[in-house]
Amino acid sequence: MNPVATIQGKAYPFGLKNVDTDVIIPAHWLKTISRTGLGKGAFETIRADPGNLFDSAEYAGSPILIAGDNFGCGSSREHAAWALDDMGIKAVIAPSFSDIFSGNAFKNGLLTVVLPQEAIDRLMEVAKTDPIHIDLENQTVTTPFQDRFVFEIDRFRKHCLLQGLDEIGLTLASSDDISLYENRLAAEKPWLAPSLG
Amino acid sequence: MNQPRTQPLTLYQKIWDAHVVSARQDGTCLIFIDRHLVHEVTSPQAFEGLRNAGRAVRRPDLTLAVPDHNLPTTPRKDAQGNRLPIADPESAQQLAALEANAPAFGIRYIGATDREQGIVHVVGPEQGFSLPGTTIVCGDSHTACHGGLGALAFGIGTSEVEHVLATQTLQLSRSKSMEVRVDGDIGPGVTAKDIVLHITGVLGAAGGTGYVIEYTGSAIRALSVEGRLTVSNMAIEHGARAGLCAPDEKTFAYLKGRPMAPKGADWDAAIAYWRTLPTDAGAVYDKVVVINAADIAPSVTWGTSPEDVLPITGVVPDPASFADPSKQEAAAKSLAYMGLTPGTPMAEIEVQNIFIGSCTNSRIEDLRAAAAVLKGRTKAANVKWAIVVPGSGLVKAQAEAEGLDRVFIEAGLEWREPGCSACLGMNPDKVPAGERCASTSNRNFVGRQGPGARTHLVSPAMAAAAAVTGRLCDVRELVG
Repeated sequence: MNPVATIQGKAYPFGLKNVDTDVIIPAHWLKTISRTGLGKGAFETIRADPGNLFDSAEYAGSPILIAGDNFGCGSSREHAAWALDDMGIKAVIAPSFSDIFSGNAFKNGLLTVVLPQEAIDRLMEVAKTDPIHIDLENQTVTTPFQDRFVFEIDRFRKHCLLQGLDEIGLTLASSDDISLYENRLAAEKPWLAPSLG
Repeated sequence: MNQPRTQPLTLYQKIWDAHVVSARQDGTCLIFIDRHLVHEVTSPQAFEGLRNAGRAVRRPDLTLAVPDHNLPTTPRKDAQGNRLPIADPESAQQLAALEANAPAFGIRYIGATDREQGIVHVVGPEQGFSLPGTTIVCGDSHTACHGGLGALAFGIGTSEVEHVLATQTLQLSRSKSMEVRVDGDIGPGVTAKDIVLHITGVLGAAGGTGYVIEYTGSAIRALSVEGRLTVSNMAIEHGARAGLCAPDEKTFAYLKGRPMAPKGADWDAAIAYWRTLPTDAGAVYDKVVVINAADIAPSVTWGTSPEDVLPITGVVPDPASFADPSKQEAAAKSLAYMGLTPGTPMAEIEVQNIFIGSCTNSRIEDLRAAAAVLKGRTKAANVKWAIVVPGSGLVKAQAEAEGLDRVFIEAGLEWREPGCSACLGMNPDKVPAGERCASTSNRNFVGRQGPGARTHLVSPAMAAAAAVTGRLCDVRELVG
């Protein structure tokens, strides 16, 4: 994973609530065995409309997406995070995210920024004309108009994002702890091993 | 296990505490995963990641792979018993990848033409692979289904699939806990599906975000294990990380003798442990929601979010009737997509397609409930496409032994091979654009059952009633 520090640029003033991962990437795109190339399927149903935001001259290629409550709800498909990444989105700002989506986004270095609805409303206005700046180290979202919104982020996730850490590598460093746990489990709950039916 | 407890604990806390490998100061814990289910769609990139890093699967014995998402539900073998090829090259490639990856990494694999093949969330409990008190993950958001057995089960993305394959653990922070208590008795024609649709309507699609929900109360206790699997299955539709129902004697009876469940002395030790799991008296949840079972009617969705739930006796809502402006906008968009007019009685909406299946409603009791309505009746002339997709080969065999397949076929429905099918339209089973489907699946999202498809979520009995009348229909009209 590449380290994430700051993200600056235009933002899609999208704003919709309950954007599900079927909308972000429809199921027929899930037949790939690769992580890349999904950007062309991102928001397919919305992009079927010729006047859509994502293909408009003003916004196409923006690195930031501003959305409504419960972004990324529904299916666990990580293809949603891959698709956003592939279309050049580096951060999504919303009042809330589904648990699974925010986990998937994190694993791919896609920053999810949680801000209250009032801040979202303001950023939606700003995004129509001006860029937005996100600073992960200081946990702030700022605009050229002196707006400054502070966001919370899990300390572990922040650390991993800033350093670009490989989570599997990190966990494998605790391999001895896992072995100890497995040995204890085998002794205390031998019945947990699935029968070879 | 016999240590005195200083404070009463919830079922969720007990399972969590029993699975902590190590805890960091920031609260993130390394959690051991007891069971990992793998399917063809969300695993190829995970196996590729392992290969690229030169990593092995840490515990292949705790991993079970089965294809389900994009398999066609038409016959998989010809008359001579030879396997038929999958027409769609991309689906065939994904299946081939799983068929190669499972043996290459030493993982137990149930193949596309095996009798035990089915939807992962049907196969896990059916095989006794899923057990109370365990942590269960799968690269599929409906993994919460297994919570119906009292397991902490949740969906994960492909990076986490790779993480579990490599380490048999996940880095997690503890969720908040919520009790959703359904008190009293449900009325005639009301099923587990109606309970969970109603809960989703009450909580909203994001109401459970950040929570693990335990479903309690007399209406949940009265459900069969299969009914509890249906309720927990849709925990994700109200945003919850997982949904749990406490294990009880019904759970133990359901699991006893299943192929991968503990046997003999192991079985006795297992149920002794499982009996310690239910939430202690006095344990505190972060949030409690109480629902009166008598308020739950046979339910149906009208919009494009699972929270858009109404009793079948209701009318299509006016977007202006919602207090939240963003919900007004969303409702207007939903109604435009669904082609519905405010004020239309739900029970007057005609449907052209029927789908009975999915990990929510494809177990034997679901098929019995649908067949009970269809027996001696036939589908309406305006219903063009009606399919019944059993959850597994074993469910299919059981249904055939009971003659349910004949009931469906005589009523004019198609009897298919097991898989996820029209729930998500990855395989050829899709609802045509602009047409409606009364569907026993779990999501009514835009385009979920095919581009432009209009989905109304219902119970199996309600789907059967819709097949007979050609419209969304109160099943209580047909069965007294």
